[in-house]
Amino acid sequence: MAARRWLARCVAAALAAAVRCNAGEPALGAQSQDALRSAGPQASQVLDLWLLTLGICTAVFAAILVAFVWALWRAPRASAGTPADTTGLTQVEHRPRRVVIVALGASTVLLFVLLVASVSTDRSLAQLVLRDAVHIEVTAHQWWWSARYDNEEAAKTFTVANELHIPVGRPVIMTLRSDDVIHSLWVPNLAGKKDLIPGRTATLTLRADRPGVYRGQCAEFCGAQHAWMAFLVHAEPAAQYEAWVARQREPAATPVAERALRGRQVFLQSTCVMCHAIGGSGAGGQRGPDLTHLAGRTTLAAGALANDAAHLAAWITDPSAFKPGTNMPGHVLPPDDLQALVAYLGTLE
Amino acid sequence: MNTTSEVDLTARNQVPPSEADRQALEATWRDPAGLVGWFSAINHKTIGVRFIVTAFGFFVAGGLLAAVMRLQLARPQNTLVGPDLYNQLFTMHGTTMMFLFAVPVMQAMATYLVPLMVGARSIAFPRMNAFAYWLYLFGGLMLYIAFALNIGPDAGWFTYVPLAGPDFSPGKRVDFWAQLITFTEFSGLLEAVIVITTVFKLRAVGMTLNRIPLFVWAMLVTAFMVMFAMPAVMLTSTALILDRLVGTHFFNPAEGGDALLWQHLFWFFGHPEVYFIFLPGLGFMSAIIPTFVRRPIFGYSAMVLALIATAFLSFGLWVHHMFATNLPELGKGFFTAMSLMIAIPSAVQIFCWIATLWTGRIHLKTPLLFVLAFFFILVLGGMTGLMLAMVPLDLQVHDTYFVVAHLHYVLIGGAVFPLLGAIYYWYPKITGRLMNETMGRWNFWLFFIGFNTAFFPMHLLGMKGMPRRVYTYPAGMGWDTMNLVATVGAVTIAVSMLLFVINVWRSLRHGQVAGDNPWGAGTLEWATSSPPPAANFDALPVVHGREPLWEAAPEPTQVRGMATGQREVLVTTVVDARPDHRSVFPDSSIWPFISAVATTVLFVGSIFTPWAVVWASVPVAIALTVWFWPRRGETEREMLLEKSP
Amino acid sequence: MMRIVCLLALCLASLTACEREQRRYNAPASPASPASDAGLSRMGPFQPGPAASAASGASSSAPIASAASAPASAASTSLPPTSANPHEENAVAVAEGKRVYRWYNCNGCHATGGGSLGPALMDDEWLYGHEPQQIVATILQGRPNGMPAFAARIPEDQVWKIAAYVRSMSGQLRSDVAPSRSDGLSAGPPEQRRDKETPKPAAPGKDH
Repeated sequence: MAARRWLARCVAAALAAAVRCNAGEPALGAQSQDALRSAGPQASQVLDLWLLTLGICTAVFAAILVAFVWALWRAPRASAGTPADTTGLTQVEHRPRRVVIVALGASTVLLFVLLVASVSTDRSLAQLVLRDAVHIEVTAHQWWWSARYDNEEAAKTFTVANELHIPVGRPVIMTLRSDDVIHSLWVPNLAGKKDLIPGRTATLTLRADRPGVYRGQCAEFCGAQHAWMAFLVHAEPAAQYEAWVARQREPAATPVAERALRGRQVFLQSTCVMCHAIGGSGAGGQRGPDLTHLAGRTTLAAGALANDAAHLAAWITDPSAFKPGTNMPGHVLPPDDLQALVAYLGTLE
Repeated sequence: MNTTSEVDLTARNQVPPSEADRQALEATWRDPAGLVGWFSAINHKTIGVRFIVTAFGFFVAGGLLAAVMRLQLARPQNTLVGPDLYNQLFTMHGTTMMFLFAVPVMQAMATYLVPLMVGARSIAFPRMNAFAYWLYLFGGLMLYIAFALNIGPDAGWFTYVPLAGPDFSPGKRVDFWAQLITFTEFSGLLEAVIVITTVFKLRAVGMTLNRIPLFVWAMLVTAFMVMFAMPAVMLTSTALILDRLVGTHFFNPAEGGDALLWQHLFWFFGHPEVYFIFLPGLGFMSAIIPTFVRRPIFGYSAMVLALIATAFLSFGLWVHHMFATNLPELGKGFFTAMSLMIAIPSAVQIFCWIATLWTGRIHLKTPLLFVLAFFFILVLGGMTGLMLAMVPLDLQVHDTYFVVAHLHYVLIGGAVFPLLGAIYYWYPKITGRLMNETMGRWNFWLFFIGFNTAFFPMHLLGMKGMPRRVYTYPAGMGWDTMNLVATVGAVTIAVSMLLFVINVWRSLRHGQVAGDNPWGAGTLEWATSSPPPAANFDALPVVHGREPLWEAAPEPTQVRGMATGQREVLVTTVVDARPDHRSVFPDSSIWPFISAVATTVLFVGSIFTPWAVVWASVPVAIALTVWFWPRRGETEREMLLEKSP
Repeated sequence: MMRIVCLLALCLASLTACEREQRRYNAPASPASPASDAGLSRMGPFQPGPAASAASGASSSAPIASAASAPASAASTSLPPTSANPHEENAVAVAEGKRVYRWYNCNGCHATGGGSLGPALMDDEWLYGHEPQQIVATILQGRPNGMPAFAARIPEDQVWKIAAYVRSMSGQLRSDVAPSRSDGLSAGPPEQRRDKETPKPAAPGKDH
C-alpha cells in the first residue's frame, strides 16, 4: 500500500505539468468537475490507482514501441523480388522464441500486479468508514435530480432538488433510484459513478475532505436533455452545513411584500402546483423539483441556467428555449403576473 | 451456365491447363450478363466486391455523421445541431459503424479472399452468400431511409431500456433499429456458416489445418464467435420489438422483467462483436507482414492458439460494460481478471510480429505502413483497455470521452488501419492495377496524424469530466480547447479518406498494371492472374507447405481431371485436406435476390404489425421453395459427370 | 447505377419528414394577446376562481371557440372547423398526453381508462362528446358531477395532447401512433392493440 502510494506520487509529479496545461480551467472551488483533482478519499484512491496504472502502461507501451522501432530501423531493406527466407518453417528459431516467452512472462506478471492493485483499491473503496453518515435518497428523473435527506425522525426529513449540501469530513450514503430511465450519478471530484436503474436500488458512498462546489453530471444517456442534467454538491464545514439543514427543514415563509404575495397567489392558482411543491404554501406537486428553497440555489434547471430573476422569468415562459424537450411546459403569463411570481420565488431562501 | 451444345459437359482439365480449359472454365463460372444477370450473380468475387464497396459506402456515411457531430462539439453551447438530431446522429454513427461497416466489411473481405487463399473455385453455398449480401444491403438502406424520414433511431447504438422501451421512445424509431439488427445479424450468421464450411471442406489438396494462412484462421475463428454471439443480440432485439409492438414485459421491472436483462444480453453479444472486428484485423496483419518482411510469421502455432484463446476469453468479459450498475462487486472483480487476461493472447500476437520484423528484411510500401500504425495505435488503445478493465478506474471514466478515445484507438488502430492496408495490398489482385503509392503515403500520414489529433485529447477530456453522448457542453469547464482540437483532427481524417476514395477510383483506370504477384507474396491467391478468372484457378492447386509460392514444392502441384464444362468443386477432408468427393455447385440464380426482397418486406412489415410475420412469410416461402426446387436439367447434366470415365 | 437510384430515392424521401415522429420541442407560439373572455385557456388576467362562463352544459362549440386555438398554430384564437387534432398524428405528442394523464392524476378518477369515480374513457359511451375539441372543452371547463375545470391548471397545448391520448384509449388512433405498453403495472392491452370503439351518440338531456 505504501509502496504503491510512493510510486503513484512519483508518477504524479512527472505528469503534473501535462495534466494542468489546459487553459481556461476553473479553480477548485468554483464548480469543478474533474476526476484528476480529488477532494475526497474515494476519488483519491482511484486517482492513486490511475497514476500507478498510467505508469505501468506507459512503461510497457514505451518498451513495445522501442522494440518495434528498433526492429524496423535495424532490418535490412528488401524488394518484392527478394527471395523469402523460409527457414522458420522447418527449423525452430530459438532466440526469438526465448525473447517472446520472457516478454510474455513479464507481461503476465504486470497484468497480475494490475489485477491485485484493482482488487485492493476496490476493497479500500468499500471500506469507507460510515459512522455518523448523512443519508440521502436520490431519485433521478428526466432531466433533474431530487434528493431527500433522511432522518430517524420523520419530521426532520426534507427534500431538495439538483443541489446538495454535504458536510466536510462526514461520510454520505446515497441511496439511488430512478423514476423513469437509467441515469448515472457522477461527481468526479468525489467518487466514481453509479447507475440509477428503475426497479433497482443502488448505493453510493463518498466523503468530501475539502470544502468546495463540485459539479456532477448524469453519465448514462437518458434522452433529449442528458447533456443538461447536472447537479452541484456543496461541501461545507459542519456549522455551515447544519445551518443549511435547519433552513431546509423550515417551510417557506409567507411573503410580506405585496408583489410577492400576489406572486404566491399566481403560483397557487396556476399550473405550477400540478408539479411543484413549496412547503408551507399548500402546493404539494411531486412531479417537478421542490421549490421551497429555490432562491438558495445557484442554478436553475439542473445546472443549465444561473439562478437570477431574468433567467427565471425566461425559463418559466419557455423552458424549451433552454432545454428543448424538457417536460416542463411553457407558460405565457401577463407581464405583471410573471414579475410577481418571480419576485415571490426570489423570497424562497 | 452455358447450356448450348458447343459446351462439352464432360470435359476435364489437363495439367498444365490448356487454353481450351481456360476458356471453358471462364464460360462455366462467370456470372450471366445483362440486368437480370446482374441480380443473379453469385460468383463470390462479384458478391465480394459489391459487399466491400457497400460496406465502405456505409463507412463514408457513418463518417459524415461523425463529422457533423464534431462540428457541433467544436465550440461550447453550439447551435449547429439540436438535441434530437444529435441523438439520432450518434445513434446512427454507432449503428452504422458497428453493424453496417465494421463486421460486414470483414466478412466481405473473407468472401472475396478465403476461397482464393485456400485454393477453391468457389465459396461454399454461393447463392446463400448472395442472399446474405442482399439482406445486408436492404437492411442498411432501410435504416438510412428511416433516418431520412426522421424515423432514425435516437436511443444510442446500444439502445438501453427503459429509454428505448415503448414508454420513453414513442414512435417507430427504435423499432427500425431493432429490425436492422435482425437484418444484419441474420446476414452475419449466414456468412459465418459459409466461411466455416469453405475453410473446413473446400481447401486445396494438401492444405492441412496447420498450413492454412493466418488470415483464414482469423476468419474461421471469427465465424465461430459469430455463431455463438449473434443469437444473443437477435434474441434481445426481438424481445425489444415484442415489448414495443405486442406489449410483452421482458424489460418492465413492475411486471417481473428487468432493465438489466437487456444489458446482459446485449453485451454478451456486444463484447465478442468487437472481436469480430479485431480478429480479422489481426488476420490482415499476419497476411501483410510476411510479404513485406520477406519471411513467414514467427510462431505460427502460437499465433493460431492466440486467436482461439482470444475468441474463448472474449465471451467472458461482457460485464465490464456494466461496472457502474449495482451488480455484486466480487462478480465484477472476476470480469476484471478476465478482461486483463485477454491481453495475453494479444500480447503473444504483438511479440511474434515484432520478432518477425526483427528477423526480416523490410520492403516499405503503403500496405506495410498502415499495418505498422497498428503497433502505435492499437497498443495504446490496449493500454487504456487495461485501465477500463479495472473497476475503480472504470467507475470514473465509464461513459466519458475516455471510453470514446479507447474504443476508437482499438477499433481504428486494430481494424481500420489494417483494413486500409489490406485494400492497398489486395487491390492489385482484385482489379489488376496497383494503387498510387504517393497518394497512399499522403493518405496514410493524414489519417495517422488526423486520428491522433482527433482522439488523443479525448482521453484527457474524459478524465476532466466530460461525459459521452452530450449534444453540447457548458463553457468554462476546461473542455473547449480539446474539443476544438479533436474537431480539427476529425476534419483531417475526412480529408485523408477523400484521398483514399480518389486513389481507389483513379487507380481503376490509371493504376500501374500489376502482374499475378506484384508484392512477391507467398500465399495461393497470388498464384492466379490479377484479377482472377471466374473459376479462380485454371487448375486446382495442390499444396505442400504454409507458403506455397515461396517453398520449392514436390510434385504434384495441380489437380488434373476436374470438369471444365460444369461447376465442379473438389471437397476435401477437414484436417488433412485429402480429396473426399466432387460436388457440382449451382448456377447463377435470381432467387436469392427475390428471397431477400421478400424477407425485407417481412422484416419491415413486422415493425408496424405482428400480422406481417404471418402474411409476408408466404412470399418468402414461395421464393425459397423456387430457389431450392431441384431442376431436372441440372440433375441430368450432373449425372453425365458420374457416367463418364 | 444502383447507388445513384438509391441516393435519389433518399433525397426525395427526406423531403417528406414523417409527422408521426416530429419532436416539437419548442412551445407553441404565444398568442398575440391574452384572451379577453375570461382566462379559459390562457393564463389571462388573474381570476379569483374558475371561469363562470364555462357552465353551459354539454354543448361544446361556443364558449371555447374564441378562446381555444388549435395546438401549434401561431396566434390563432379560433377553433378549427373540423375536429382535427394534429396531435393525433404524432406519437410523441400522444406519449406526452399519456405521461401527463398520469402526472396530473386523471387516473385518480378515471383509472387507466376503466373509470372509477369518473366514467370510463375506453368504452364507446361519451357523455359530453367524443370529438377532440369536445374532449378539450370538457377538460378545460369541467363538467357537472365532479369533473374539475383544468383551464387554469393545464396549459392548453397539453390539454389537446391529453385529448389525443384519451381518444387512443378507445382505439380511435392509428396503431402506429397510439402508445404501446407503459413501464409499470399492466392495466390491460396497450392502447395500440385495442379495437376501435364506435362512439355512441350522447342521448339528449342525459345527466350522469
